Amino acid sequence: MKKLFALLLALLMLASLAACGGSTDDTSINDSQSVSDTVADESGEDTAEDPAEEAVSVMSYAEYEAAALDTEVVVETYVQAKQGWWEDNGVGKATFYTQDEDGAYFIYDMPCTKEDYDAMTVGSKIKVTGYKAEWSGEVEIIDATYEILEGNYVAQAKDVTALLGTDELIKSQNQFVSFKGMTVEASKDADGNDVPYLYKWDGSGQDGDDLYFNVSLDGNTYTFTVESYLCDSSTDVYAAVKALNIGDKIDMEGFLYWYEGVNPHITAVTAAE
Amino acid sequence: MKAIRTVSLLLALLICLPLLTGCHGAKRTDAFIVPESFDDSREYEISFWAKNDTNVTQTRIYEKAIEDFEALYPNIDISLKLYTDYGKIYNDVITNIPTGTTPNVCITYPDHIATYITGENTVVPLDGLFENEKYGLGGSGLLYDGVSYEQIIPKFLEECTIGGIHYAMPYMRSTEACYVNKTYVEKLGYTLPETLTWDFVFEVAEAAMEKDENGNFRLNGQKVMIPFIYKSTDNMMIQMLKQKNAGYSTERGDILLFNDTTKELLSEIAVHAGTGAFSTFKISSYPANFLNAGQCIFAIDSTAGATWMGTDAPLSDISEDKLVDFETEVMMIPQFDTGAPQMISQGPSICVFNKQDPQEVLASWLFAQYLLTNDVQIAYSQTEGYVPVTSKAQESAVYKDYLSREGEDNELYYDIKLKAARLLLDNTENTFVTPVFNGSASLRNAAGQLIENVTKSMRRREEVNDVYFTELYDDITALYRLDGQNNMSDTRMELGELPLMSKLLIGTIVLAWVLIGVYILAEKVKKHKK
Repeated sequence: MKKLFALLLALLMLASLAACGGSTDDTSINDSQSVSDTVADESGEDTAEDPAEEAVSVMSYAEYEAAALDTEVVVETYVQAKQGWWEDNGVGKATFYTQDEDGAYFIYDMPCTKEDYDAMTVGSKIKVTGYKAEWSGEVEIIDATYEILEGNYVAQAKDVTALLGTDELIKSQNQFVSFKGMTVEASKDADGNDVPYLYKWDGSGQDGDDLYFNVSLDGNTYTFTVESYLCDSSTDVYAAVKALNIGDKIDMEGFLYWYEGVNPHITAVTAAE
Repeated sequence: MKAIRTVSLLLALLICLPLLTGCHGAKRTDAFIVPESFDDSREYEISFWAKNDTNVTQTRIYEKAIEDFEALYPNIDISLKLYTDYGKIYNDVITNIPTGTTPNVCITYPDHIATYITGENTVVPLDGLFENEKYGLGGSGLLYDGVSYEQIIPKFLEECTIGGIHYAMPYMRSTEACYVNKTYVEKLGYTLPETLTWDFVFEVAEAAMEKDENGNFRLNGQKVMIPFIYKSTDNMMIQMLKQKNAGYSTERGDILLFNDTTKELLSEIAVHAGTGAFSTFKISSYPANFLNAGQCIFAIDSTAGATWMGTDAPLSDISEDKLVDFETEVMMIPQFDTGAPQMISQGPSICVFNKQDPQEVLASWLFAQYLLTNDVQIAYSQTEGYVPVTSKAQESAVYKDYLSREGEDNELYYDIKLKAARLLLDNTENTFVTPVFNGSASLRNAAGQLIENVTKSMRRREEVNDVYFTELYDDITALYRLDGQNNMSDTRMELGELPLMSKLLIGTIVLAWVLIGVYILAEKVKKHKK
């Protein structure tokens, strides 16, 4: 009798557990997470093990530079900085500033697992296969896949101060560069006041958004940016720009990004030496 | 002994019953019930996540609305968090739902709310609040001149329903417009028709591709010319399908996008993407930048992007030396049937998130409703080619005066902006929205991605044929997880705790089976003893 009773109870409990299985705290939101994990894993497999990719030859920077827009490109390059990892429809993505000894490659919105993103540090070597594209003057690699390789290279900032305002500057596009002895110029806020920087290009943003500030050299003024996905509000450069005063003489480092003209993404600001 | 057995059985059943019922749904916020009265002796912290179009005037209007509201309700403190992208608001809200840290009030799209409400009692259904005599629309207990239910434009309010329940209120409305370089159209020997057709736009776009012996485009003398650029390709596909009366989705969420008409449309788009006559924002950049630089003829963008369009646009991302002088025409998007024009209705809506404290929700609602007052509606609509969502604002003397002063300056009365607003005011009845269901936001993205992929493929000289379309449909279906018969079934739905009657029924069934078992056992024992 006891055995039968125990069996009955066990069956009852089993049935009840099975009936409500999986309905604890899974919402559609958590559901999408599980899908994203799957997609991200698939993405990793695609990038690492597709034998077809092995057949494509790796380009030198000169070959990449000469390649037409919308053509497939393959480069081996080194991560110099990365924007924040995010999920787009369940697929992890990130944007990378990369460079080799000869030139730089901006890798936009590349599908990437969180694990690989975390593993890619400054200097990490990666092989990237994608398409050369241009968006508002910024030449980049899109629809890319990657493979993490052995190797390390960290670019030193190239001083391009003297190239500002010249046609030569664009040849250093996307490289890690420096600017020396520039003067902070006023930006106009919404009320017409002179301010040293703005949140977003017109001051419509808030703390945590991109910072825009004007700097001049030899009478020409340029707009530089602290891109918040690259350097968020917790970084030294974000704080340094917020501490600027109009008229300050400063040195800067950053990546030579382009948007309808030169628009560097600044990563360090110090008082001019 | 018999009594002990019976008691043991009942106790065992009592232990087992919660397993059947308790794990059916996780613990979550109770449904909101409107309090009898608003407790103004307490302090409330209300978070408001809003979207602006990277437009500082919009930011200022939000800030002023908050300041004015807080002056009326000093015990309610509103904190503003600004976004420039609906998608980012959506992602942040989704991230915050499991932790119960959603904002109190949020600017959003009904497509997104459809996902939010898959979590139980996440978003407050507004119907009860609308009707509340004291704090509802135009209620007697409001400390401001609120709008009545009847004063919200019915078509816009209807767009905020999901399954017959209002989960949002409209905040602003816009549609898409085609901003045309009329000077270039006429230079090519064409005359703009009263209503654009897709054939006309593609024909003129192809005519603009002719180059001179130096490789410059004859039309503008420049190295760059993309005659037709579309900002939002999801809207492009959705509107083309609607105009063709072809499938997109059903009201209940069946996916109809991957049909033969879609393939025909993509094939046509592919031709012009291949020649370079057509491109998209994602592939090339903002249509306004190309239009204003004389590198585009037909730029299709939201009417809420009107202040960026034209030679004299108050907002511009390109340097002055790149601006080209031309006459801008603001036109309805191209149509397949000019006699029955159809265009999308879009623009931000407002939703209120549920919280454990009904008083906090009521405070949120008071602020949400304040955003429909005339001062906020008219001021915000004037920042772009938006239109107010209430007849009270649209019919006000202030707004009518604003509309009458088109072109007086290139700021508040910028003619392109006012023409864009008029386009929607004159065509409100010709607008439509797509069905809203859990997954409709993904479907929308998929519709746009079809165009993006085809355009990219043509630029990359890939072959776009039937095999390509089969693969494309499969890829996009998988990417956006549209392979369920009904997207509602794609995601596991939270159904909440079982109703009392269901619990009793299950309990009774279990009890009956147990008693049957006990009876049979007892009979066997009896027989055995005999």
